[in-house]
Amino acid sequence: MELRTFDNLIAQRKEEPETKPESEKQEAKSPAANPIKVETRNLDFFYGPLQALFGISMAMPEKSVTALIGPSGCGKSTYLRTLNRMNDIVEGTRIHGEVMVDSEDIYSSQVDVVELRKKVGMVFQKSNPFPKSIFDNIAFGPRIGGQRNKKELEEIVVRSLKQAALWDEVKDRLHSSALAMSGGQQQRLCIARTLATNPEVILMDEPASALDPASTSRIEDLIFELKKNYTIIIVTHNMQQAARVSDFTAFFYQGRLIEFGTTRDLFTTPKEKQTEDYITGRFG
Amino acid sequence: MKGQRHSLAAKASGRRFWESSIEFSLFSCALVSVLTTAAIIFVLFSEAIFGLGGSVAFFQEVSLWHFLTDTKWAPQYGEGEFGILPLLVGTMWVTGIAALIGIPFGLATAVYLSEYASPRTRRIIKPLLEILAGIPTVVYGYFALVFITPLVIEPFAKFFGIPVDTFNAVSAGLVVGIMIIPMVSSLSEDVLRAVPRGLREAGYALGSTRFDVSVKVVIPAALSGILASFLLAISRALGETMAVNIAGGVRPTLTANPFEQICTMTSNIVAMAGSDAPAGSVQYQSIYAVALSLFAITFAMNVLSQFILNKYREVYQ
Repeated sequence: MELRTFDNLIAQRKEEPETKPESEKQEAKSPAANPIKVETRNLDFFYGPLQALFGISMAMPEKSVTALIGPSGCGKSTYLRTLNRMNDIVEGTRIHGEVMVDSEDIYSSQVDVVELRKKVGMVFQKSNPFPKSIFDNIAFGPRIGGQRNKKELEEIVVRSLKQAALWDEVKDRLHSSALAMSGGQQQRLCIARTLATNPEVILMDEPASALDPASTSRIEDLIFELKKNYTIIIVTHNMQQAARVSDFTAFFYQGRLIEFGTTRDLFTTPKEKQTEDYITGRFG
Repeated sequence: MKGQRHSLAAKASGRRFWESSIEFSLFSCALVSVLTTAAIIFVLFSEAIFGLGGSVAFFQEVSLWHFLTDTKWAPQYGEGEFGILPLLVGTMWVTGIAALIGIPFGLATAVYLSEYASPRTRRIIKPLLEILAGIPTVVYGYFALVFITPLVIEPFAKFFGIPVDTFNAVSAGLVVGIMIIPMVSSLSEDVLRAVPRGLREAGYALGSTRFDVSVKVVIPAALSGILASFLLAISRALGETMAVNIAGGVRPTLTANPFEQICTMTSNIVAMAGSDAPAGSVQYQSIYAVALSLFAITFAMNVLSQFILNKYREVYQ
C-alpha cells in the first residue's frame, strides 16, 4: 500500500480539473457528495457551570473521515463524546442545541442510548481491552446484544478481527488474555471490538497517540480501509495524521469551531488566521 | 581544614545515634504486635498440645480422634465429653446464615455505591454504614434477642408451624450477617472503584446498560478482590462472640434445625471461661483446644484471602 503522506494527497488532488467552479468541485469529490450522516446544530456543552463548547454547527457526510484538530482543552474530545452521548455518564453535564444522526435528534427523550451507542461506536485514546480473552473481548458487544449462538459469535469474531487487520496475528491464541498483546494490537482489538457491534459511525479519540510509528501507520491504513463502509470521526493531536487520513478537518479553539472544510482547503488555504497559525505550528 | 573535618565527624556520630534510636523505637512498636501474636500462638499450642506451662495439656487427656469425631460436647457432665462437632456445627450455622445475608446485601450495596449512587447519595449512605460498623456487638446481640427473634423469626416460623427457641442460630446468623454488611460493602466498593474508568467507558460505548457494565465488566474485573472481601467477612463471622453468645445461646447441639439453641466455638469459650471449672482441669483446658481449632480455621481463611488478593494484583498489569 502506498504511503498516504500529505504531499501525496495534495498531489493526487491537484490532478482534478481546476476549471470547475468551487461549488461544483465540492460536489464532484466523492465523500462530500454523500448524504449527511452526523450533524450538530448550535451545540453548547457544559460541565457544571463551565461551558466547554459554544454553538458548534457542522455536518459530516457518510463514508468519510472527519478529523477534529486543535490544541489541548479546545473541546474536540468533548465534542466527539457528545456524538454517542458518552458524556451522559459524567456527572453534571448538560447540552443545548441538536445532535443529529441520520436526521434523528439523539438527545430526544425517545432515543434509546444503548441502541445509539451500538450505531455510533467509539475507540478510545488509551486502549481499554477487558481483562478477558481476545475472543470474549470481541464477543462482548454481540453478547450483551443478546447473541447466544456460538457459531454466529465465532463468525462475528473472525470477521471483526479480519476487518481490523488483526486476524493473522491472533488467530492461534483467541482464548488467551487480551492484556498479553502489544499496545498497537490492543488498540486494533478495541477497533475490532467496536466493529463487532455493527456500527455505522465510528468515533476515535486520538486512537494512535500512545502508539509507536509502525503501529500508528497500521491504524491509519485501517482507517482508510474502514472509510469504505463506515463514517469515521477522529480526534487527533497530530496534524500530519489529520492530513493523511481525513477528507474533512475541523479546527477547534477554546470551545469554538474556528474552521471546517475539506482537509485540502483547510491545510492549504485556511480562511482563518487562527487556523493558519495553528497548522503552521505558531501555537498549540 | 583539619578542624572543620573534625567537627563534622563529631556531629555525625551524634546524629547516627539519634537516627538509630528512632529506628529502634519504631521497630519496637512493630515488635509488640508480632510478639503478641507469637505469644498467643505459643500459649494455644502449649495448653492444647504440649503442656509446657505446668498444667496438663488438653490433648494429653483427650485424644484428637475423640475430639474430632465425638458428637457430644458436655465438659461438665461426669468425666466430660469433648466432641467438637456440635460447636463446629453451631459455628457453621451462624457463619453460613451470616454469609447468606451479609455477602449478597454487602455486594449489592457496594455495586450501588460504586456504580449507581450519585455523589450526594454516597455521601449520605457511607457514614451510615460506618455507624453500622461501629455499633458495639453486644448491642447487636440484644437487638437479635429482643427484636429479631420475637418480631421477625417467631411470626415467620409460626406460619410454618416450626417451634423456635428463645436463643437460636437463625437470629444469631441474621444479626452477624447484618454486622458484616458494612465490611463486605466497603472492601468491595474499594475494589470496584479501583476498576479503571476506561473499562466502564468501553462497556458503555459497546451499548451496555449500567447493569451490564456493573455485572459483566466491573464485577468480573474486580472479582478476586471481591472474593477476598467475602473471605475476610466470613472470618469475622467465624470469630464473632458477643452477639452470638447472646442471640444464639450456649447449649451445644448437633442439630440440623437452626431454630434450636446452639453454641458456637466462641460462645463456648466465653461460657467455659465464666464457669466454675478449676484452672488446669481438662474442662478448663478445653478452652485452648477450641481456641486452637478456631484459630486454625480463621488462619486458613486469611491465607486463602491473601492468596486471592495477590492474584488480584496482576489483573490490570
